[in-house]
Amino acid sequence: MTASDPTKMTTTTPATATSPLHRPARHESAYAHVSGAARYVDDLPPPAGMLVGLPIGAPIACGRITRRDRAAALACPGVHAVYFADDLPAERFIGPVIHDEPILAIDAVDAIGQPVALIVGDTLEACRAAAKVLEIDYEELPAILTIDAAIDAEALLCEPHRMTRGDVDAALAGASLRLQGEVRTGAQDHFYLETQASLAIPGEGEAMEVISSSQHPTEVQNLVAAALGVGRHQVVVSVPRMGGGFGGKESQAAPFAVLAAIAARDLERPVKVWLNRDQDMTMTGKRHPFLARYDAGLDADGRLLAAKIRLYADGGWSRDLSAPILDRAMFHLDNAYWIPALDFEGVVVRTNKGSNTAFRGFGGPQGMVVIETILSRASERLGLDPAQIRARNFYTTGQRTPYGQELRDVRLQRIYDELTTRVDYSARQAAVAAFNARSEHVRRGLALQPVKFGISFTNSVLNQAGALVLVYADGSVQVNHGGTEMGQGLHTKMQAVAAHELGVTREAVRVMTTATDKVPNTSATAASSGSDLNGAAVREACEVLRERLRPLAAGLLGLAPAAPEVAALRFVGGHVLAPSGAAVTFEAVVKAAWAQRVSLSATGYYATPDIAYDRAAGKGKPFHYFAYGAALCEVEVHALTGEHRLRKVDVLHDVGSSLVPTIDRGQIEGGFVQGLGWLTCEEVLWDSQGRLLTHGPSTYKIPAAGDVPVGDDFRVDLLARAAQDDVIHGSKAVGEPPFMLAIGVVTALRQAIQTWGRPGQEVDLRLPATPEAILRAIEGMRSPAADMAAAAE
Amino acid sequence: MSTIRFLLNDRPVEAVDLPPTTTLLNFLRARGWTGTKEGCAEGDCGACTVAIVDAEAPGGPRFRAVNGCLVLLPMVQGQRVYTVEGLRRGGAYHPVQEAMVEAMGSQCGYCTPGVVMSLFEACYRDDLDRPAKLDDQLCGNLCRCTGYRPIRDAAAKIAGLRPDDGFRAALAEAPGERAFVSDAAGQFFVTPTTEADLWRALAEHPGAKFICGGTDLSLAVTKRFEALPEVISLEGLPALRTISRREDGGWRVGATALLADLEAATEGALEPLHRMLRFFASRQIKNRATVGGNLCNASPIGDLAPVLLALDAELELRSAAGSRRVAIDRFFLDYRRTALAPGEILAAIEIPPLGAGALASSYKVSKRRELDISAVAAAFVVEIGEGGVVTTIRAGYGGVAATPVRARHFEAAIRGRPWTRSGVEAAILALDGDFAPIDDHRGSAWYRRTLAANLARGFFLETAAGPRPDLPQRPSGTVALEVIP
Repeated sequence: MTASDPTKMTTTTPATATSPLHRPARHESAYAHVSGAARYVDDLPPPAGMLVGLPIGAPIACGRITRRDRAAALACPGVHAVYFADDLPAERFIGPVIHDEPILAIDAVDAIGQPVALIVGDTLEACRAAAKVLEIDYEELPAILTIDAAIDAEALLCEPHRMTRGDVDAALAGASLRLQGEVRTGAQDHFYLETQASLAIPGEGEAMEVISSSQHPTEVQNLVAAALGVGRHQVVVSVPRMGGGFGGKESQAAPFAVLAAIAARDLERPVKVWLNRDQDMTMTGKRHPFLARYDAGLDADGRLLAAKIRLYADGGWSRDLSAPILDRAMFHLDNAYWIPALDFEGVVVRTNKGSNTAFRGFGGPQGMVVIETILSRASERLGLDPAQIRARNFYTTGQRTPYGQELRDVRLQRIYDELTTRVDYSARQAAVAAFNARSEHVRRGLALQPVKFGISFTNSVLNQAGALVLVYADGSVQVNHGGTEMGQGLHTKMQAVAAHELGVTREAVRVMTTATDKVPNTSATAASSGSDLNGAAVREACEVLRERLRPLAAGLLGLAPAAPEVAALRFVGGHVLAPSGAAVTFEAVVKAAWAQRVSLSATGYYATPDIAYDRAAGKGKPFHYFAYGAALCEVEVHALTGEHRLRKVDVLHDVGSSLVPTIDRGQIEGGFVQGLGWLTCEEVLWDSQGRLLTHGPSTYKIPAAGDVPVGDDFRVDLLARAAQDDVIHGSKAVGEPPFMLAIGVVTALRQAIQTWGRPGQEVDLRLPATPEAILRAIEGMRSPAADMAAAAE
Repeated sequence: MSTIRFLLNDRPVEAVDLPPTTTLLNFLRARGWTGTKEGCAEGDCGACTVAIVDAEAPGGPRFRAVNGCLVLLPMVQGQRVYTVEGLRRGGAYHPVQEAMVEAMGSQCGYCTPGVVMSLFEACYRDDLDRPAKLDDQLCGNLCRCTGYRPIRDAAAKIAGLRPDDGFRAALAEAPGERAFVSDAAGQFFVTPTTEADLWRALAEHPGAKFICGGTDLSLAVTKRFEALPEVISLEGLPALRTISRREDGGWRVGATALLADLEAATEGALEPLHRMLRFFASRQIKNRATVGGNLCNASPIGDLAPVLLALDAELELRSAAGSRRVAIDRFFLDYRRTALAPGEILAAIEIPPLGAGALASSYKVSKRRELDISAVAAAFVVEIGEGGVVTTIRAGYGGVAATPVRARHFEAAIRGRPWTRSGVEAAILALDGDFAPIDDHRGSAWYRRTLAANLARGFFLETAAGPRPDLPQRPSGTVALEVIP
């Protein structure tokens, strides 16, 4: 705050009076991050008397509990309680959409790691010792461990979802190129660096406070209230910040928060449930593995004519968010391409594995990989450049998606043109070809990956948000909104929006811990929607306050209430400026408001207009708008080991008028690299009993620093002059779309691998494209060993 | 009563009567120093990274970024430890903190304290002369948010900055006493500081496990929650970590030499070993893990063994009664079983000089290039005599059998024959007689078999004809250190 006398009127325009909107800014917690001061749930000083809870997971993938005995565990030193399903006080089932997950297994167990008991003790060591003597017997039953087995068993978790257009069979029959096949995409662990953590602190009477690492504090509140049998008003859930979420804490923070709250109520002591890495990876769900079966037809120029696609998503043992994830996969089977005739159908199958859940892209990546595989095969068969075949199929404005939404302001061709010009695509192509011509064992590939991604929760009711803004008499501001901060920079953006609307500096605005007693009935911070929804709500609250302050500012500036200059007063940089150049500080205006007994707090609310989707009909307008982007990826593949290196990435992404460009760039780069991991090195593996083999970073490999190009080799540009109508300050959502840009790496790998084959020969590359998968694909094209042996003759 | 004393961010700290298997990370967090995070408790994510002054490092005291989750508290007895909370001095952030903020190097912030501490080490290093060394410095810090580009930018800015500040001044301070012993509640832990004390402890506790660095043994505590009843630390015996050149050009490497020190010492001097160490593990692990630890746990995927097999190293085993030497190919008896007798330690590794004109190289292939366990590792030494005939060949492999092995059939098939494509192809057929690899989550048997053969092919291609225009990169991408234009 300014140190000068705030009541003193100034007559000069402050030289620094600018809005922080659309300008680079550091993360609002950056200094707290780098100094270790930033606190996460497990870092909070333990409240007096705090105990810790250790959830005990089922050791078998499918079976029945035949006996449980807590006596020996309870007798262990330092153990305070052992809970089974019979001890649950109220509702016994939870879940984000349908309550089909027992908080603790009742009789059946359906996955390894499904919570069966909770041990509460003074320390984790005490709980672990008790876990060793806890007696639970099981009768094992046959488990369903693969999508294929689930299809055979007709084990489904939701109603099929279908979209159709045109006479697909006729179009397929008439196609000059017909491609049939299967695509499988694998699971992906979120690997947020902070594992699941919740601290429940019992209050007076029925009150319960829960501090949770959750993307969805309202859902935690609702489920805790249901599990305790109390009204939601008794439960306050707050989220200081998360050490990463990526969807993994949208629905799956709640089970552990609920367990903590149940124990806290029973023992009337604070209880923390924190999972170590192995528990976290074993007990929580992953990105859904998908199986797609397709039959596609194209003309001789590579134009899509028709596609019949069946999607099977592996939901794991409970529904969780599987149905909307399947829906989003189906909404993105088209990606950026016009498909005249189509028949898409999808189901979620049930397996005896962890319950798969939201993960950045929410099914979108799994859908897009299908159409990209079809186009890659077609380009290989037809000998077409992979970028060209994609551009040839781009949607244009006015065309309709498979679910009937009319596309407006399609930016695909524009992005394609700008990106290919910027990188000098034909020169890059020629350089790759020249390299490959002289290189026997190392080949390069180049691919351009376009992305179109629908923005809005596809369950339309979720597209609402609230905010509560408080202005203090010194001119400082607290912003509360319904979104949670998981690193994505939402708070930094909200700070910019509030500072802009009120005309104060960033430093004058503090974004508060997200809490359900500040903004009620919030949606998850998910679907890339955090800034769009909460930003509009924050803006509305600030507008209300600003307009309340306007007459007061006018008074201080000596303007008559009806003077035309009043409407032209500008709130900027901690001042209110009159057209004449006269100015008064924001603080002086606020003080005047307080003195005149004018309210200095306001709420804001936003609901996305004009969206609705009819799932039964497969038609509607589920999305407010679409985000677009493209990446050019260049890889180098080694024929003897299957290893590859990502040499260069050039991204051009459409974030509209970026609220904070530095934050958006971080989302684009981070999303891309997460997609790179899913498609190349991250391989979730189970044994034949359904036990997770990859439950720590020693066995599950996310990208490391050396896997990513640096400096000029990882270039990200934001599309210029790209303001989006009807979205907060012309911006666009950015959290998820860039993840899918990394599909270009797979296309580039295929192109490099294809060079070892005959013209027209297709590449068979499994995902993730690990060195082994790549080597198999190369061996499928030719045998380097045989070639070398032949050359040696 | 046992008390562990050390300096934490320059202030004395005492830990009284804690189990000796308490990790430094858990100790810090329990005392409210929560800036240091647990991300995995297996040394693979780096969120727990702290810096320790290695007062006895070759070339003088230096900071070492280490995984706090794998350091058992008695191992910091007498040491200086720095955590992320200790970097801000007099209200001013450290240059590495400022660089991270400016580069947008943090998003969720959870990996950030560990990244900052890795950069802290980088800031005071004087040997970060290539971009690839920044990858190495950072590969032990997983970040799920940023995609690393901004972190690399911050690293490039501060690497080797070496500000003349209080931290650098602290390097010159005399180290504290390392000796430590505790024996309570069924847990014995001792850090002898003389060999006589070591033999005495070993005589009294013949079942004790040795620890030095703890990058493997600590996992028993952090992942399997074992108590480790008897532990003898070798960290109080700096004489065991000396690395020296022999008069004949060979090497003598003390068993407790850090992998990071061996990597630095062999750069440009013993490339097959140096290249393997580059992709061996994270900087944090190499800053703690020892040569002897890697050999003595006799894992089939210990990456030093294939190289030392190819280099025909000898191991010096020592006990209270004296020393003996064992050729490395007689050291690995079976899965995780060695020729070490009870009461014996590995004292040093003797590496003979490579013959003049010898061709030698090493390879490692894993799912991820950095900080991953080998699917297959291999190393080769070939000498060519009169008429282009192979006079000497040694091929060491890891990841293909229950122990690291020499590929004797392969060697026999090429020895005495010309070093040509057809000669190598014929010899590769003999590899099937050498080992039958298994399927696991790091690779299928097919992949391992194919790699075993292809790495031999790659070695031939790399060494046979000098630089080749069609082979710009070494056959294993793992050793392509620089980006090729």
